[in-house]
Amino acid sequence: MRHIISILLENEPGALSRVVGLFSQRNFNIETLNVAPTEDPSLSRLTVTTVGDDRVIEQITKHLNKLIDVVKLVDLTEGNHIERELMLVKVKALGAARDEVKRTADIFRAQVVDVTPSVYTVQITGDAGKLDAFVQAMAPIGILEVARTGVSGIARGDKLLTL
Amino acid sequence: MELLSGADMIARFLKDEGVERIYGYPGGAALHIYDALFRQDSVQHILVRHEQAATHAADGYARASGKPGVVLVTSGPGATNAVTGIATAYMDSIPMVVLCGQVASHLIGEDAFQETDIVGVTRPIVKHSFSIRHPSQIPEVLKKAFYLAATGRPGPVVVDIPKDMTAPTERYEYVYPKKVKIRSYNPVTRGHSGQIRKAVDMMLKARRPVFYTGGGVVTGGASEALTDLVQRLGFPITTTLMGIGGYPQGDRQSLGWLGMHGSYEANMAMHHADLIVAIGARFDDRVTNNTSKFCPTAKIVHVDIDPSSISKTVRADVPIVGAAGSVINEMISLVQEREATNAEALGEWWKSIEGWRGEREGKLYEPSKPGEALKPQEVVEAVYRATRGEAFVTTDVGQHQMFAAQYYKFAKPNRFITSGGLGTMGFGFPAAMGVKLGYPQDDVVCFTGEGSFQMMMQELSTCKQFDVGVKIVNLNNGSLGMVRQWQDLNYKSRHAHSYMESLPDFAKLIEAYGFTAITVKTHEELAPALERAFADTNELVFLDIYVDPFEHVYPMQVPLGSMRDMLLSKTERT
Repeated sequence: MRHIISILLENEPGALSRVVGLFSQRNFNIETLNVAPTEDPSLSRLTVTTVGDDRVIEQITKHLNKLIDVVKLVDLTEGNHIERELMLVKVKALGAARDEVKRTADIFRAQVVDVTPSVYTVQITGDAGKLDAFVQAMAPIGILEVARTGVSGIARGDKLLTL
Repeated sequence: MELLSGADMIARFLKDEGVERIYGYPGGAALHIYDALFRQDSVQHILVRHEQAATHAADGYARASGKPGVVLVTSGPGATNAVTGIATAYMDSIPMVVLCGQVASHLIGEDAFQETDIVGVTRPIVKHSFSIRHPSQIPEVLKKAFYLAATGRPGPVVVDIPKDMTAPTERYEYVYPKKVKIRSYNPVTRGHSGQIRKAVDMMLKARRPVFYTGGGVVTGGASEALTDLVQRLGFPITTTLMGIGGYPQGDRQSLGWLGMHGSYEANMAMHHADLIVAIGARFDDRVTNNTSKFCPTAKIVHVDIDPSSISKTVRADVPIVGAAGSVINEMISLVQEREATNAEALGEWWKSIEGWRGEREGKLYEPSKPGEALKPQEVVEAVYRATRGEAFVTTDVGQHQMFAAQYYKFAKPNRFITSGGLGTMGFGFPAAMGVKLGYPQDDVVCFTGEGSFQMMMQELSTCKQFDVGVKIVNLNNGSLGMVRQWQDLNYKSRHAHSYMESLPDFAKLIEAYGFTAITVKTHEELAPALERAFADTNELVFLDIYVDPFEHVYPMQVPLGSMRDMLLSKTERT
C-alpha cells in the first residue's frame, strides 16, 4: 500500500542525504520526495511517498525515527489528510489542439501559465491521481515535458506535526 | 575565560571527558591536533601501524570496558583505512568516536590532496556524524559525539575536522560542556510496564520457555540482573555469539550459544520452545536460520532498546522497547510478587533438554592421541585451563572463532571479544592490543588463524613500541578453514583459493620483532608450550600451533532449514 510520510528534519548539512541514503541502504522504495524549509528556520519538512506492506512501513518509520536528524514524523495515510502535488506540463499547442488543450485544462481546473505560438505550459495541482489523469488526457495531444514537485501533505483537522 | 585553539580544545576535551588513551596515525590534516597532543600528557596516544588497527584497538577496549573507544586519523586514506573498523563497531553496536582530519574548508570539494568525503563514505555505517564548521563548536560537537556513541543503542560516531578548524592562531573560549541535549534524540530506557507485566504472565505460564539473550545484555551492563532473573525462574538460557558471558556458561541452566554453529541442545530447545524471551538480541540470520521455519510453536517476547530491531525479521508477540537492565529489573520485581512458575511442565522440559545434552556428550570432537596432530578444539580447551577461564579472549574470523566460542567457557561478560556482525578478519590482534592496554594485569588471548593474522600482523610493531603483552594463539591449519569447510560441503571439495600457499615461518617473523614464538606440532608439545606462554602476563608470546587441517566446525545448521536442522559431524545429521 502507498503511504505518505511527513518528516520534520533538522536543517543541517547532510541531513537530507541521511534520509535518502537510508531508503537505498535498506532497500526501501521512494516514489516521490519533496523537501523545503518550514516557518522555523531550524527545520525542514520532508514528505516522501513509499509503497510497502505494514511490516515494511513499520521498519521505514522506525529507521527514520532512529536518524538523529529526524525530529518528528507522521504517516499521513494513517488518518484523514490532504495530499497535494503541483505539476507543470508543456504541451504541443498547434491548430485545433490549442483549443483542445485549453478545454482539457479547464476541465481539470488547471491554468495555462505560459504561451508561445506552438506551446502551452499548464500548471495543475491536486492529488497524485488527478495529476496522473491529466497526463493521460494530454498524452494524445502531445506532451513535451513534465515537471512534478512530488507529493506534499498535511493532516486534516486539529492534528499537527510540530515540535 | 580560557582561550584555546581548536586543536588544543580537542586535547583538552578528551582529558575533561576522561579519555585516557586514543589510537591513531598522524597525517597532514591532523597535524595541528597531533601538535596539541604532543604538548599535553593527560591523554596517551597509541601509534598504530595501520588505521584499521586503530579502530579495532579502540573497539576492543570499548567492548572490554563499556566506555567509548577513541580514534584519531588524518583525512583521505587515513580515514578510509578506518572504514572497516567503523563498520565492525556499527554492526556490533560498540561505542566509538572517530576523529578524522579533513582538508581545509576552502579546499573541500576541490579534490584536494588527501581529500575524501568521509562523512559521505561512512554514512551507512555510523550512528551519526558531524562536520565541524567553526572552531567554537568543537567542545559541544565532541560532547554530542560521545553522548550519542555511548547512550541508547551504542555505535560509532565520526567527527570530520577540517584543518583550518584546528589552526593554532585562531583561539576561542573553551568551556567543557557538562551536559548535552539533542532535541531529536531521547533514547528510551524504561520499558512499557503493561507490556512487561504481560511478558511476565506468559513466562509464569510457559511450559517450555527459553531465554535468548544477546549483546544488548553485555553492553547494557545487565548480566547480573539477567542471571538473577534466569535463576529465579529456573528457565534454560541460550545466548547469541555477542551475548556470550551475559550469563555464566558453566551454570547448569546455560545451554551455550545458539545459531549456525550453536550447541545442539540450544538449537533443539529453541525449536521446541513455547515461549522465547529475547533480550538485547536481534534475530540475526546466523541465529534464526530460515525465519519461516523458525521456532514454530513459540510465542515471542522481544526486549530491545532499538525499536527497529523488534519485528524486523521475526514478528514479536510482546514487543518491549527498553534498556535490558531496566526491563529485567522490572521483571524481577514482578516475578517476586507473583506465584511460582509452572514447575511440573518445567521439570518435563528440563528432562527433554538434559536428553539433548546427553545425546551429544563426549561426541563433540575426537581428541588427538599422542603422536597425532592436535585438534583445534582441544587447543582452545587447554588455553581455557591455562588461563583458569579468566582471560579476555579476542578472535579473528573463521573456524578458530567458532572453536574459541564453543570451547572457552565464559563466566563473565565483556570477556569474549569478537566481530560477530561484520565478521571482520584482522579484528582479533589489534582488538587484543586495545584490551591489554586497558587491562594490563589480565591475560589477553587472541585466537587467530594464518589468514586473519596476516591481515593485521603489522601491529606487532605497535606492540613492540608500547610493550603490549598479548598472547596470540594461531590455530594453523594451512588454509582458510571456514572457507574450506564450505567448499567441502557445497563445492565438492574444490578448494578455490582457500589454501594458504607460501605461509611465512611465523616463528622467525615474530622473532624479527623481538618477541617469543613457540611452534607446536604435536600433542605432546602443547602443555609445555602453554606453560611457557602464560608464565609472564606481560610478555607477548606467539603460539604457532599446527592443528588437524581436516577438522570442521559442528554443529552446523543446514541452510534454509529450521533451528533443529543441523549437521552434527561429517557423517551425522539431525
